[in-house]
Amino acid sequence: MIQLSSNFLLISFFMYLLATIFFTVSITGKRFKTKEGEEKNKSGFYGYVFSILAVATSITYFILRWVGVGHAPVSNMFEYTTFLGIAMALAFVVIYPMYKNNYLGLFTMPVVMLIIAYASMFPREVQPLIPALQSYWLHIHVITVALGQGILALGFVGGLLYLLRVIDFRKITKKVVGVEFILYSCLAVLAYILLNISFSAMNYEATFEYVNENGVEAEITYYKPALVGPNEGVLLTEGRFDPFIQAPAIIRSDDLNTVLWSIIGGLFIYGVFILLFRQPIGGKIQPWLKNVNPNSVDELSYRAIAIGFPVFTLGGLIFAMIWAQIAWTRFWGWDPKEVWALITFLFYAAYLHLRLSRGWHGEKSAWLCVIGFALIMFNLIFVNLVIAGLHSYAF
Amino acid sequence: MEKVKCECGHVNPFGTYLCESCGKPLIEEDTPVANMRYEGVARRSQTYNRTIVDKIWNFFSSVKVGIWIIVLLLIASAIGTIFPQEMYIPPGERPTLFYEQEYGTLGKLYYQLGFHNLYSSWWYMLLIAALGISLVICSLDRVVPLYRALKTQKVTRHKAFLERQRLFGISEDTIDADKEIKIAEKMLKEKKYTIRKEKGNILAEKGRFSRWGPYVNHIGLIIFLIGAMLRFFPEMYLDEHIWVREGEEVVIKGTNGEYFLRNDQFIVELYDTDDERFRQAFERTGQQVVKTYQTSATLLRRTNTGAVGVGTELEEVKQYDIRVNDPLTFDSFALYQVDYKLNELAEFTFTLDAVNDTTTEDLSDVVFTVNLYDPEYVYEFDNGYRIEIMEYFPNFYIDNNNQPDTRNMIPDNPRIIFEVFTPDMDPDSDSGELSLIGVQVNEPLIGENDYRIRMIDVDMKHVTALTVRKDRTIPIISIGGVIFMIGLIQGSYWHHRRIWIQNRDGKIWIAGHANKNWHALKRDIDFVASKAAIPIPKDQLDEEQNSEGEEGGNNSDSTKQ
Ligand code: HEM
Repeated sequence: MIQLSSNFLLISFFMYLLATIFFTVSITGKRFKTKEGEEKNKSGFYGYVFSILAVATSITYFILRWVGVGHAPVSNMFEYTTFLGIAMALAFVVIYPMYKNNYLGLFTMPVVMLIIAYASMFPREVQPLIPALQSYWLHIHVITVALGQGILALGFVGGLLYLLRVIDFRKITKKVVGVEFILYSCLAVLAYILLNISFSAMNYEATFEYVNENGVEAEITYYKPALVGPNEGVLLTEGRFDPFIQAPAIIRSDDLNTVLWSIIGGLFIYGVFILLFRQPIGGKIQPWLKNVNPNSVDELSYRAIAIGFPVFTLGGLIFAMIWAQIAWTRFWGWDPKEVWALITFLFYAAYLHLRLSRGWHGEKSAWLCVIGFALIMFNLIFVNLVIAGLHSYAF
Repeated sequence: MEKVKCECGHVNPFGTYLCESCGKPLIEEDTPVANMRYEGVARRSQTYNRTIVDKIWNFFSSVKVGIWIIVLLLIASAIGTIFPQEMYIPPGERPTLFYEQEYGTLGKLYYQLGFHNLYSSWWYMLLIAALGISLVICSLDRVVPLYRALKTQKVTRHKAFLERQRLFGISEDTIDADKEIKIAEKMLKEKKYTIRKEKGNILAEKGRFSRWGPYVNHIGLIIFLIGAMLRFFPEMYLDEHIWVREGEEVVIKGTNGEYFLRNDQFIVELYDTDDERFRQAFERTGQQVVKTYQTSATLLRRTNTGAVGVGTELEEVKQYDIRVNDPLTFDSFALYQVDYKLNELAEFTFTLDAVNDTTTEDLSDVVFTVNLYDPEYVYEFDNGYRIEIMEYFPNFYIDNNNQPDTRNMIPDNPRIIFEVFTPDMDPDSDSGELSLIGVQVNEPLIGENDYRIRMIDVDMKHVTALTVRKDRTIPIISIGGVIFMIGLIQGSYWHHRRIWIQNRDGKIWIAGHANKNWHALKRDIDFVASKAAIPIPKDQLDEEQNSEGEEGGNNSDSTKQ
């Protein structure tokens, strides 16, 4: 059952890819018109059809895994992140008919693919639930949060489209640097995924003996060549790369090493682009977007956030409180995860109030959408893996 | 201050921008599109600024201030997650030392600034209070005039009002306007608009109730905040812990001695490591995973509510398996599984040996059991032997003055000093041999002993820890939360749209306004235009943008928030 569900996820991944390709063609391809003036370039329609198929297959994955695991598959990083990607695609499928905007598809589908691919870098095995997590309220909470975040993420896509459309890329300004940084971040994630896949295909393993944060000798295994070695690390595996520098003991050196690889990998891909096109990536994309109406993507991203905010609030705060009351004896305990959900809520509340004044429409609003998405990603990655890890649920 | 009379005859409150009735601009603005937020009504905060009350009112009714409060709360909350709050540092750690030891100078600073208890600091509370006040004032400032304006609005709006709507158009040629308007009316009805008519002009309106969404959600928030505040009043909130050993009955704190709980059994259940589904996970982490923590408990209630002591009887109320995520609830209380201790020492059983075989007496009857929670102090035997406990330290340690002492009454490290009296001794006047006994400890206290007390059995019990919770604020908080969600949905998933269609000298004038989701409004108008010969209004914002060559440009009404 689990294997079958994984196959469905794989199929859906290719569907997302096909959807992306069709949306690309719908925008860059020739505009054929019949004699009656009807649009003959139907790729936008096919793109949408494939997005629907992709969502359907990925939901099949979700259901099959649910049956196989025995609980809603949203309880570890792989499962949750995958579902976030699915939620975003689902939000797209729902919102597309309202705006019929192929550009939205062109940008959403690759982000979904990136998220799902990123998710599969985490251990994918089925894990048993500890007692605190055995609650249907938890699953209701997590599923709703992911749906809300998926819709909010469309606001980000709209904002990004807006920025790529209106910003002047001919001069290197702060705004250009900002947009390029967003694009670079996506490339760094891509680099992370590619590197992970390549090194694990090569079965790269290098074991070090090192002195850990408690001053005790321990061993650690790297799955990528060590640019940064562990504290006082001595390479045990033969024929492996010797690190340039050593990390201090309090830092998880293998994670730092991975981050470093991703940064460098991203820079590499980005550099290749720049060398090929001799202009910022945004500048290269911009001409494709000349038919985008800035007002309408601005409104689109605002609507995505107005629609996503109640869903996120319901899942991230209200259902979370109900679960916390049952599992942790109190509905609110200022745990870092709770606080970051509150912060996200406050951020989008501030956004909605800023939108009340016209001065915050358009570009400023688009930047806020980008920051909001950065917050969601921060919640997903940093809060889950770093902050919460310090004092993760002990029971 | 005097009221303002519009040419249509309606008398508006002082400070009105757009006549409440016909919409004619009463205060000129030099922008092509009118500021329609709150319908151009006179708001107290925009009108008066004389007394101190006015100033406070104006301060808190400003959205700008509201946003600042939200942003400050956001930043403060984020700071609180940099290092763990005091309640999350490992138990037993002293915060004075912990932050510096663990996080260095920054940690020390964090502690000194009081950020280790940030969420209960006076200034964080003050920010939340400011949010509450701001919510009340800003809502009152707007909702009353907005309500009046939406109620008084009339169908035939002033020419200048129509011209300055974002969506506005006039038909090119003169046609049979009345007929087309009739068709348009039918189409709009099909789209579920409410239509009002006056002299052949129409006002089509849809989703007005969504305008109250923000106010409803703000009310919900206020109720929520009030609920959260009530926590600090007595009797509203209870947070107690009880430890219950297996087989033991303890009074449930906070129930005034009315309820007791018996721990019938405590278990920790692990996942079966042979479970095929989880095999991979077990292999990777090499760890066992807990499946269940469960206390099988019996809830008891005192039957006579009179004095404690004699005649008190406990009646069984119910039996329940308390688990994580499955508390036992009764009255307004809930008991949660939160912690446990396995194998706590409960009883020692001893016997007595003669060290040098000097006695021929039979000591096999000298067997006694010491209850470590509440020991008997004297043990007498048929053969005349007598053993007394001289001192008992449940949790033994050597204090600062080098004296033996106990940390608490929990038998984590019990030590007992026994005194042994042989049959020929008088316990009142003689003193017996002393020995100190504990886990893996058995030594004579003074010199050599003739008798040795030997431990022959140990009995251990599991102990469960439960949180006793009563939270009377929950109903209020839930009501606040529900109202908040209703308002949020009401304001987010419905939109207020209005379309004015007028016949002015045989030409059709059309104007449209939506409080948000202009896209849907435009589609509605397109739908109408597919049958009726009405002009498709232009989006004056798009025009503005094209003429200026860049987005926005219109900051004129941003200051009025
Ligand atoms: C965390 C606290 C708050 C939350 C969650 C919240 C939520 C909301 C929401 C969801 C809306 C609707 C926005 C839209 O439909 O685009 C709204 C509107 C509004 N809020 Fe708040 N709000 C909060 C605090 C405040 C404060 C402190 C003020 C006071 C300055 C304020 C003033 C307003 C105003 C004036 C509106 C517009 C009302 C209208 O359009 O008729 N809000 N609020």
